[in-house]
Amino acid sequence: MAEEKASMAEKMVLSHAPHIWSGFSISKIMYIVVIALLFPAAASVYFFGYYALILLLVSTVSAVLTEFIIKKARKKKFVMDGSAVITGLLFALTLPPRVPIWMVVLGSVFSIAIAKEAFGGLGYNIFNPALAGRAFMTVCFSREMTTWVLPTYFKFDAVTGATPLSEGFVQQADRLSLYWNMFLGSTGGSLGETSALMILAGALILLALRIIDWRIPVFYLGTVALGSFLLGEDVIFQLLGGGLMIGAFFMATDYATSPVMGNGRIIFGVGLGILTLLFRQYSPMPEGVCFSILIMNAVTPLIDRYIKSVPFGYRRKGKNA
Amino acid sequence: MIPVIRKKSAFRGLHLRENKFTASKPIEILPFPSKATVALQQSLGAPCKFIVERGNIVKTGQKIADSGNYVSAPIHSPVSGKIARITKLVNPSTSALMDAVIIESDGEDHWIEMEKKFDICNSGDYKKLKGIIDSLTDEVILALIRESGIVGLGGATFPTHVKLKPPPGKKIDIVILNGCECEPFITSDHRIMLEYGKQVLAGLYIISRILSPGEIYIAIEDNKRDAIEYISSLMEQMGFTDKYKVVSLPSRYPMGAEKSLIKTIVNRTVPMGGLPLDVGTVVNNVATAKAVYEAVIEGKPLVEKVVTVTGGFENPKNFLVRIGTPIIELIGLCGLREAKECRVIMGGPMMGNILVDTDFPVIKATNCILIMDGRESIEKNCINCGRCIRACPMNLMPLEYVRNVKKGNYGACRDYYIENCIECGSCAYVCPANIPIVGYIKTGKSMLPKK
Ligand code: SF4
Ligand code: SF4
Repeated sequence: MAEEKASMAEKMVLSHAPHIWSGFSISKIMYIVVIALLFPAAASVYFFGYYALILLLVSTVSAVLTEFIIKKARKKKFVMDGSAVITGLLFALTLPPRVPIWMVVLGSVFSIAIAKEAFGGLGYNIFNPALAGRAFMTVCFSREMTTWVLPTYFKFDAVTGATPLSEGFVQQADRLSLYWNMFLGSTGGSLGETSALMILAGALILLALRIIDWRIPVFYLGTVALGSFLLGEDVIFQLLGGGLMIGAFFMATDYATSPVMGNGRIIFGVGLGILTLLFRQYSPMPEGVCFSILIMNAVTPLIDRYIKSVPFGYRRKGKNA
Repeated sequence: MIPVIRKKSAFRGLHLRENKFTASKPIEILPFPSKATVALQQSLGAPCKFIVERGNIVKTGQKIADSGNYVSAPIHSPVSGKIARITKLVNPSTSALMDAVIIESDGEDHWIEMEKKFDICNSGDYKKLKGIIDSLTDEVILALIRESGIVGLGGATFPTHVKLKPPPGKKIDIVILNGCECEPFITSDHRIMLEYGKQVLAGLYIISRILSPGEIYIAIEDNKRDAIEYISSLMEQMGFTDKYKVVSLPSRYPMGAEKSLIKTIVNRTVPMGGLPLDVGTVVNNVATAKAVYEAVIEGKPLVEKVVTVTGGFENPKNFLVRIGTPIIELIGLCGLREAKECRVIMGGPMMGNILVDTDFPVIKATNCILIMDGRESIEKNCINCGRCIRACPMNLMPLEYVRNVKKGNYGACRDYYIENCIECGSCAYVCPANIPIVGYIKTGKSMLPKK
């Protein structure tokens, strides 16, 4: 007994209750999101060729490297938790297909260094890093950021075109085949926003695994649909056009920058929808999703302050039932 | 057959891996220890004082500590022998020091005189048993329960005689017997139901006799089929019909928590800051019911516990042990597996307390000794995912406790109703950032500014 006790005493370690853990870690969540993102990423490579692949890789590698360097410089532990991969991928997916590579590197570094790490890293960032990077690019390189090409597939001779939401987008053929093309993604646009089909495929994984809350995309898209209907716009065109789909499923649902309570998320989604409608109606910049999400990111702390849970057995003061 | 009622869980709850390795292992009776360490603080309520001194000779079951306060439970010697010395122990749930006595056994186990009113193991005359119980007055029953040191053995350790005497004006119409045992690994209550079912039901009869409720529920999770069947057949045999009902519940953690259980079975919501009796309900654990029976019918004080010893062992087991037995003796009997590091836990994996000393004894609250491997856990930043909120059976916002305790902003924890946290651990279990949320909550609660 005495030996047993002595040998045990050396090995005993402390921990807090609970002593078991689900093991569903941040890294697991992040890598599942990465897998889901590979769907729209694959679509972008299919439609825009090798150059898209290069952009995606460059952006992702720059993002991860930036995070690594910053963590090391600050003498903090670098964990390859996949969040930088997401930022890198998402950022690239918001870009027009023919942006110069050095600009992508710059934007990706900005996303991680300024929008994420300067705020304290994952969890403390206020703005969605990828979208902050995209906003930065829009301001700095407005010409390159609005040069659209039609899908080239694997040919290198890009034809300049317009995205379905920019002015001057020419309606070819009939409505139905336009919708179909927009749904499949052969109509042009940013790298990742073209194919609603592939975005939905990725999003389905996230919804099924309950990684993202259905409330945000449903209320966001629902508000846009309802609003477009009331304004007499083409509802399907509005839903499929621009970055709405990828924004609603992959960007607005980012945990750190969206509200935490279910009801808060509903408010968030509706707010996004209203802002997007406004931008699309009144702004000279046709693409409002990015800025809608950034604005709602800024409102999130406010929503979180006021939308609280109602504890079990809560009774309003003065009421004695 | 007694019909079994099925209920759906009234809360989301967690599916945990059961790991109930000892579910089919009969309880082994362990001989009394040569030295028993008896802690002074084993229950809630007013603190006890020792009424024996060093050198005194005591019998098994003799009272050695008590308090003048009614809201308190006395403590009894688990062995016969000599009070060797007074020592200190670290209370695993509060980490504070508490007094304890070490009693050296005389190797004989001389018990105090006990009046056994009925022999449940050998007599099947349950009418007579009910007659005996019915002939006792409330005062006599409650006094016997108090004198025997019975406390809530499900973990709360609140003195049972107080729980069974609702304040005037509060009518109890529902009594629930809690046989959920929702924590993984632990099987002590399960085995008690299977091996002491009669005592448990007779104990429930005593409890119901005092409270005279309209409905009596026996709640068992559906992962314990055999217990549900056995208890229902016993009820028929013992004539426990009409008011008594067996409820089969889904195994969702924390089903065994009083508030979750009451909500699930009778759909009543215990108000915030309130007690089950505020909604006319009293919940007792099966081990408590057994102890009540032994106290009232056999005059036997609480000196033994059924304890599951499980986790990192070759041969995990259930034991009936004397309180005061050092846990190292139990560990030695089950064949500890080799491991680089280990955690010694008193209680289950969700709510158990870590022990720093394997000499620590079995106490009234002990139902399990669990050994787990060391775990490296790196706490990350909260990512605001909201999983902790959705996992919380009390609908609280655990992430706010983490945030505010980190900032030293303890007062703000009250705005998020930290007092309502039952420390079930569900939030920390699901947290992808691996934040020891319950640790923060305990700090927050202890630092809460006075109202
Ligand atoms: S430990 Fe407290 S806050 Fe966490 S889930 Fe349980 S009751 Fe909720
Ligand atoms: S589960 Fe953990 S990471 Fe998620 S919100 Fe709660 S504390 Fe934060």
